[in-house]
Amino acid sequence: MNKVINLLKSRIIYVFLLVMIIFFSTTSQNFLTVRNLMNVIKQVAIYGIASVGMTYVILLGGIDLSIGSIISLVNIVAAYVMVNLGLNPFIAILAALVISTAIGFLNGIIIAKLKMPELIVTFASQTIFAGLAYIICKGTPISRFPDSFLTIGQGYVGAIPIPVIIMVIVFAIGWFISEKTYFGRYFYALGGNEEAAQLSGIDVKWVKCLVYSLSGLFAGIAGLVMLARANTGQPNAGVGYEFDVITCVVLGGVSTTGGSGKMSNVIAGVMIIGVLQNGMVLLNVSSYMQMVVKGIILLIAVGADCVQKQRLLKAKKAAV
Amino acid sequence: MGSEDNILELKHISKYYPGVTALDDVSLHVRRGEIHALIGENGAGKSTLIKTCSGAIAPSVGEIIINGKSFLSMTPKLSEENGIGVIYQEFNLVGDLTIAENIFLGRAIRKGILVDFAAMEKKSQEVLDSLNIKIKPSTLVKDLSVGYQQMVEIAKAVSQNAKVLIMDEPSAPLTNAEVESMFAVVDLLKSRGVTIIYISHRLEEIFRLSDRITVLRDGQYVTTLETARTNEDELIKYMVGRQLNEVYPTRKADCIQEEVIFEAKAVSGNGDKEISLKIHKGEVLGLGGLVGAGRTEFAEMIFGAEKKISGEFYFKGEKINPKTPKEAIKIGIGLVPEDRKAKGALLGLSIQENINMPIYHRLSKAAVIDYKKAKSIAQKYREEISIKTPSLEQKVKNLSGGNQQKVILAKWLAAESELLIFDEPTRGIDVGAKQEIYTLINQLVEQGKAILMISSEMEELMGMSDRIVILAEGSVSGEIQREEFNQELIMQLASKERNN
Repeated sequence: MNKVINLLKSRIIYVFLLVMIIFFSTTSQNFLTVRNLMNVIKQVAIYGIASVGMTYVILLGGIDLSIGSIISLVNIVAAYVMVNLGLNPFIAILAALVISTAIGFLNGIIIAKLKMPELIVTFASQTIFAGLAYIICKGTPISRFPDSFLTIGQGYVGAIPIPVIIMVIVFAIGWFISEKTYFGRYFYALGGNEEAAQLSGIDVKWVKCLVYSLSGLFAGIAGLVMLARANTGQPNAGVGYEFDVITCVVLGGVSTTGGSGKMSNVIAGVMIIGVLQNGMVLLNVSSYMQMVVKGIILLIAVGADCVQKQRLLKAKKAAV
Repeated sequence: MGSEDNILELKHISKYYPGVTALDDVSLHVRRGEIHALIGENGAGKSTLIKTCSGAIAPSVGEIIINGKSFLSMTPKLSEENGIGVIYQEFNLVGDLTIAENIFLGRAIRKGILVDFAAMEKKSQEVLDSLNIKIKPSTLVKDLSVGYQQMVEIAKAVSQNAKVLIMDEPSAPLTNAEVESMFAVVDLLKSRGVTIIYISHRLEEIFRLSDRITVLRDGQYVTTLETARTNEDELIKYMVGRQLNEVYPTRKADCIQEEVIFEAKAVSGNGDKEISLKIHKGEVLGLGGLVGAGRTEFAEMIFGAEKKISGEFYFKGEKINPKTPKEAIKIGIGLVPEDRKAKGALLGLSIQENINMPIYHRLSKAAVIDYKKAKSIAQKYREEISIKTPSLEQKVKNLSGGNQQKVILAKWLAAESELLIFDEPTRGIDVGAKQEIYTLINQLVEQGKAILMISSEMEELMGMSDRIVILAEGSVSGEIQREEFNQELIMQLASKERNN
């Protein structure tokens, strides 16, 4: 019995997801159809891919506000390489991923070496790379890509959209890194207690650079999927994405103070955002109202985490 | 009221923490207008006792009487209202505010909703002038030397009409010249009828300033003496005067081997100056001294957590220069830090992960952890040093202090460290677990490990060490062989003042 309760407690987010699905199924008859559900998953693929990197960042107790701009820049860079330079999509993908990883690395190295606050560093790079995206394309969208590239965003394997397959693979890799590799375990050690981690022989700076690089890389992959889906490279494509991605991760139970959280729960966080958006559209909730709801959800998710921490602290004090 | 005019009386104060009694039925009478010194070894309960007066902690049992008014509990506000002012070792100042703003922090003089800076500066100036302190109240506190910052603290207490001023180790951060000015202010306050409780472990100062001296030991009241009728030797006897009453497990006689595992040659940095010492294979070298003598700082340099400025470290005869803990661990050094919870254990992670952390990269093939190997190593050391836990998956935060300490030790054994540095290995650990830690230390030296043990507990230092090196104010003040161990001698060496 205790085991069941503990399982429910650690997977409470899935219970929440289920409740939400039931709610929308009863309020909208169009919700619970295979087509619509597939649509939901397709819509969340981009957040989902980027949220893997963000999970690591938040596990470390950090934040990465630059990923929206990384997505925009990747859109423009890949589009520019394919259309303006007329090069192979493969080269475009490579260039985009190298650049996005490099931006993440740059964030990481500034945060680790100069000990600047994550918020400010990634906020600054958000502005810088958003500007750079506009400069490269001179403010006009770039479109018409080779069909082979569009497959990434629009293709299917059987009945399953390729973006969904990419998301599943990325989550699998993300889970593998955080659970099975030694450096993945460093993320938890560092987020839990940086000083103790360092005194256990962990190269803290290296880990920080790695995590922000991964955040950049996954944002880059998300940007490419988005570009292939839209068939147009927009310099403002990623604006505001960091907000949704952070919401997904926090909703997935990753503690904003770092050190605890599970990749498997982040998937649920991503699905919740997808179901919520889709459900609200079906219920004709205006997009302005959707913003309000999403903001409230973020507040509740973080609030629940903080309240729980306070309670634990109080329980500890009472025990003493 | 009795015949004595006591401004402050503490009656039967006790303070219990889980597993530890910090104060045990301590009573203290402070006469109006005297300078009353409070002395005792590290951990004797001096700071805890004054914190009960200031309301920073609540006594478990006891009564506090200020000016005839009785209190069973105290809050910082209540204590301030009743004329108690405290100068802690850590100042409570805001660096980016002016002296005047700091003096009136939280009770700024106002004109309507506006702060009346002119009036605050004028009043501050008056207070500073009355104490013969020559600084401008409009100066930012962060631009002041430590000595002047302390003066601001004193001025703040005076401006709050403190009748009793408690000073906790006020001379510790000061230069000799600054100490003199501080004494002058203390004398001045006394002449104005302020009662002073002065905590210090520098006996010279105590004799220079105080009227009476109260000695605490192990959280208990020992005695109160008239300063004029006692001397340093007598005080030291009262401070350490106890028999070695804990039994330390004996270790094999011939543990110590010829080979020198670790040597420091004239190492300076991180507050330490020219420290030289050697540790042999199979030896426990005790590092004694008062809190703040620079022992932890020295350990941090060995472990690569802090930079050394000059001097050399040798490990098995080879020169080493670890710049990070990672490098030190690779060389074969492990540190069991003083603050177990903040620096030692990764509380949110499992026992197994804590033990594996320093060697995770070695337990991995192509970055993928071999969990079978990881588990078997953790299991091996869990059994070897008997960590009491139902499962290796248990989070370290759920373990007792003694078991947490064992997990940290297991981590270094798994990393095959040859030099183990223990910084206060048994602090906050209950008696039974202490014995286990001592037995483990014995096993380790019997296996040929070298141990550097920092301890502020005199008994532990003498009971466990083969040799003791004593630091005072960042330099080696003496070295004592086991045959010559003697509490008074250690205390004397530890309270040696720097000659500058």
